Amino acid sequence: MMSAVALQMACVAGLLGLAILAIALSRSKIATAVIYTITLIICLAALAGSLRWLLGGPADATGLILPIGLPWLGAHFRMDALAAFFLVVVNLGGAAASLYGLGYGRHESSPHRVLPFFPAFLAGMNLVVLADDAFSYLLCWEFMSLASWALVMAHHREAGNARAGYIYLVMASFGTLALLLAFGLLAGPTGDYGFAAIRNTPHTPYVAALVLILMLIGAGSKAGLVPLHVWLPLAHPAAPSHVSALMSGVMTKVAIYGFIRVVFDLLGQPSWPASVIVLGLGSITAVMGILYAMMETDLKRLLAYSTIENVGIIFVSLGLALAFQANGQKLPAALAFTAALFHVLNHSFFKSLLFFGAGAVLTSTGERDMDKLGGLIHRMPLTSFVVLIGCVAISALPPFNGFVSEWLIFQAVLQSPELPQWALKIMVPAVGAMLALAAALAAACFVKVFGVTFLGRPRSPAAETAVEVDRISLAAMFILATLCLLAGILPGPVMDALSPVAVEILGGRLPVQAHVPWLSIVPVSESRGSYNGLLVMVFIAISASLAVYFIHRFASHALRRGPAWGCGFDDAVPAAQYSGGSFAQPIRRVFGTLLFHARDHVDMPAPGDTRPARLRIELHDLVWERLYQPVSGAVGFSADRLNALQFLTIRRYLSLVFATLVTLLLVLAIWS
Amino acid sequence: MQMHSLAFDVSHTLAGGLVLISFMMLYQDRLYSLLNVFALHALVLALSVAWQAYIQDAPHLYVTAVIALVFKAIVIPVGLHRIVKQLGIHRDIESAVGIGMTMLAGMGLVALSMVLMLRVTADADPLAREDLAFALSVVLLGLLVMVTRRNAVSQVVGFMSLENGLVLAATGAKGMPLVVEISVAFSILIAFIVIGIFLFRIRERFDSVDVSALDDFRGERR
Repeated sequence: MMSAVALQMACVAGLLGLAILAIALSRSKIATAVIYTITLIICLAALAGSLRWLLGGPADATGLILPIGLPWLGAHFRMDALAAFFLVVVNLGGAAASLYGLGYGRHESSPHRVLPFFPAFLAGMNLVVLADDAFSYLLCWEFMSLASWALVMAHHREAGNARAGYIYLVMASFGTLALLLAFGLLAGPTGDYGFAAIRNTPHTPYVAALVLILMLIGAGSKAGLVPLHVWLPLAHPAAPSHVSALMSGVMTKVAIYGFIRVVFDLLGQPSWPASVIVLGLGSITAVMGILYAMMETDLKRLLAYSTIENVGIIFVSLGLALAFQANGQKLPAALAFTAALFHVLNHSFFKSLLFFGAGAVLTSTGERDMDKLGGLIHRMPLTSFVVLIGCVAISALPPFNGFVSEWLIFQAVLQSPELPQWALKIMVPAVGAMLALAAALAAACFVKVFGVTFLGRPRSPAAETAVEVDRISLAAMFILATLCLLAGILPGPVMDALSPVAVEILGGRLPVQAHVPWLSIVPVSESRGSYNGLLVMVFIAISASLAVYFIHRFASHALRRGPAWGCGFDDAVPAAQYSGGSFAQPIRRVFGTLLFHARDHVDMPAPGDTRPARLRIELHDLVWERLYQPVSGAVGFSADRLNALQFLTIRRYLSLVFATLVTLLLVLAIWS
Repeated sequence: MQMHSLAFDVSHTLAGGLVLISFMMLYQDRLYSLLNVFALHALVLALSVAWQAYIQDAPHLYVTAVIALVFKAIVIPVGLHRIVKQLGIHRDIESAVGIGMTMLAGMGLVALSMVLMLRVTADADPLAREDLAFALSVVLLGLLVMVTRRNAVSQVVGFMSLENGLVLAATGAKGMPLVVEISVAFSILIAFIVIGIFLFRIRERFDSVDVSALDDFRGERR
C-alpha cells in the first residue's frame, strides 16, 4: 500500500511527465483531448487520495524525503490535514478545469502554448502544498508562478496581455523575495530550513512580527491583498478561461495555504496585534475588491476583482482566528478558522464556475465586455442557469454554500465581546460592518453581472447569434453548481471534514455537527445560532412553487401584449438599455468620488444641435497612480542614469573597481 | 626563539622590500625601466617565497619560488621587452596622473591596508599578520598602477605585480597546496600570452597600444 504522500507525489510526477508529453504532442490534433483526459484522471486520483486522508479519521502526518535539491537537506514533502484539505481544493479545481478544458480547449487558437503548461501548473500547485522545507517550498512556488505566467502569456499577441504578463512577473518576483526573507528569518542563525525544525524553534516577537509582515507581502501579493493586487485583475483574465478559473479559484488559495502554514503553523502561538494587521488588511481588501468589481464592465476582469474581495473575506476570517487563538479561546478560533477554510472551498467552487461561464460566453460570442452582451438567457439557457447559481452562491444567498461560510464568519465576529483586548473588541464589529458592506456590494455586483449579460436584449450582433456551448463544458459547470448546492444544504459534513485541520493547526475544534439532528449546523451553541440549509431550501422551494401555482391558478390566462412607453422614442435601440455602467452609477456616486476620484462629464449639445449628448466617466485607480507609478518612475529614472555606466572607458571601469575596493576597505577599517 | 625572530625579521624585510619596489613602479615613466623594476619585484618575491619555504619547512614552496623566478623574473619581463621593442614604443613616456599624487595615494593605500589588516587579524600569527598586511599593500599598489597608466603594456605589468601580492599572501599562510600555486602560475602565464597576442592585435588595428585609442574607436568620452 502506497503512503498518501507517495500517491500524491506519483500524481505530481504524472503531471510533470504529461507536460513533457504535451510538448511532444503539441501540434497533433488529438493533443487537447489526450492531455485534458489524462489530467482529469490524475487530478481525480489525487483528489481521492487527499479526500481519503481528510475523511479517514485521525491519521499521523507522513513525510517523504527525495534526494534532490540542496545536498545536505534533500527535498522534504509531507502530508498532513492542512495539506490534505488544500490538495482537495487544488485537485478538485484541477479536475473541473480539465473537464471544462476538454470542451473549451477545442476552440483554443494556439493549444501548443497552453497544453504543456497546464499540467505543469497543476503539478506546481500540488508541490507547494506538499513541500515540507523552505527550499522546496520556494522552488515549487516559483515553478507554480512561472507555469502560470506562461499560461497568462498564452495569447501574448492580444492587446494588454504582454503588459499583464510583465506586471505579473515583477509582482511574483517581489512576492518571492519577501517569502525568501521570511524563511530566512524563520530558519534563524542555525539555518535549518526543514519545516519540522522551524516549528520546534521558538521565535522572538520581533522575528514573528517581521515574518508576519513579509508573509502578508509574499503570500498576500499572490493572493491579491490590496494594495498588492494590481497584477491580479490584469493577469487572471488574460489566461484562457479554464486557467483563469484555476488561477482565481485555486492559486490564490495556495497563497492562502502558504500564509496559514507559516503564520499559524510554523510561527507557533500568535500574538494579538498580529490579528489587527490581518483584520485591517482583509477588510480593506474585501471592500476595495468589490468596489473595483462594481466599476468594471469586462466580465473576466470583474470576476478577478471579485476574487480579491473573497480573498479579503478569507483573510478577515483568518485574522479573527489569530485573535482568538492569541487569547487561547480555542472554540471561537476553530470557528473562524473553519469558516475561512470553508470559504476557501466555496470560493474555489463558485469562482471556477463563474469563470467557466465567462469562458462559455466568450467562446460563443467572442465578447468579454458586458455592455456588448445581453439577452443570452434565450440563446444559452443552460449556461445562464448555472451562472445564475454561481451568482447566487457568490452573493452569499441561501441555500447555497456562500451563505454558509459567510454566516459562519459572522458567527465568529459575534464572538468578539469575549476578546479581552479593547482594541479588538472595538475593531472586530467594525470589520464585521465592512464585511456586511462587502457582501451587499457583492450581491449588487452579481445582479449587475447576470442582469446585464444574460437578461434584456442583445446589445451586439455577436450576442444575438450566440449558441449554447458544448456539453462537456456544460457538464463541468453543472458539476460545480451541484457542489455549490450540496455544500450549501449539507454544511455539517463539510465542517466535520474540516475539523482535523483545525485540530492540527489550532488544537481546538468545533462540536461534531453530525450529531446535530435534522442536518442543522450549530457552531457554538443552540442559543448562539443555528442554520439548516436543507430547511431553507425546502422553504424556498415550497413558497416558490406555491407562488407559481397561485399565479397560474388565479391570474388571468389571457396573454396581453401592450406597447411599452419608450419615453417618447418609438424604437428604443438595445444600446439604450440599462448598462453595466448605469447600474453601477449610484454606487460610483457614493463611494467612487472619494476612492476612485470618479467624475462624470456630460457633454450636452447646444439646443438645435443634432449631435448626440455624451457622458464620459473618469475613473482613477489611486493605488496604481499613487503607489506604483512613483515607484516605477523612480526605478526608470535611476535606470536611465545608471545606463551611462555601460559606456565608460576601460580605465574608468578599473578606477570604479579600485574605488569600490578602497571604499569597502575603508568602511571595514572604520567600523570594525 | 632567536631563530623565530630572525625568521620573522628576514621575511618582514623581504615583504617590505616588495612594497618598496611596488612604490618604485609607481614613478617609472619609461617602459624599459618599468619592466626592469618588475623583474626586480618578481626576484624579491621569489626570495621571499624561498625564505618562507625554508622557515615553514615546506619543500613545495621552493617550486613556487622557482616558478616565480623563472616565469615572472625572467620569461615575462624578457617577453615584454621584446614586445615593446617590436612595437617600437620603448621611447614613450606615459603617465596619466602626476607622480606626486600617485605616490601620496600609494602611501594612503599602504596605511589603509596596515590599519585594516592589523586590526582584523588581531589574534592571528604575527608573522602571517605582517605578511598579509604587506600583501594587501602590494595588491592595492598593483591596482593603482593599472589605474594610473594608459599604456596597455604597463597595465599588464600592474596586473602582474598585483598577482605577485596574491602569491605573497598565499605563501605566508601555512598549508597552501602546491596544485593551487602551480595553477595560479600557469593562469598568469596564459594571461600573459593572451594579453601579448592582444597587444599585437590592438597595435595592428590602431597603430598604438595606448588604450585611449580604443576609447576613441568606441566613440566615447574619456
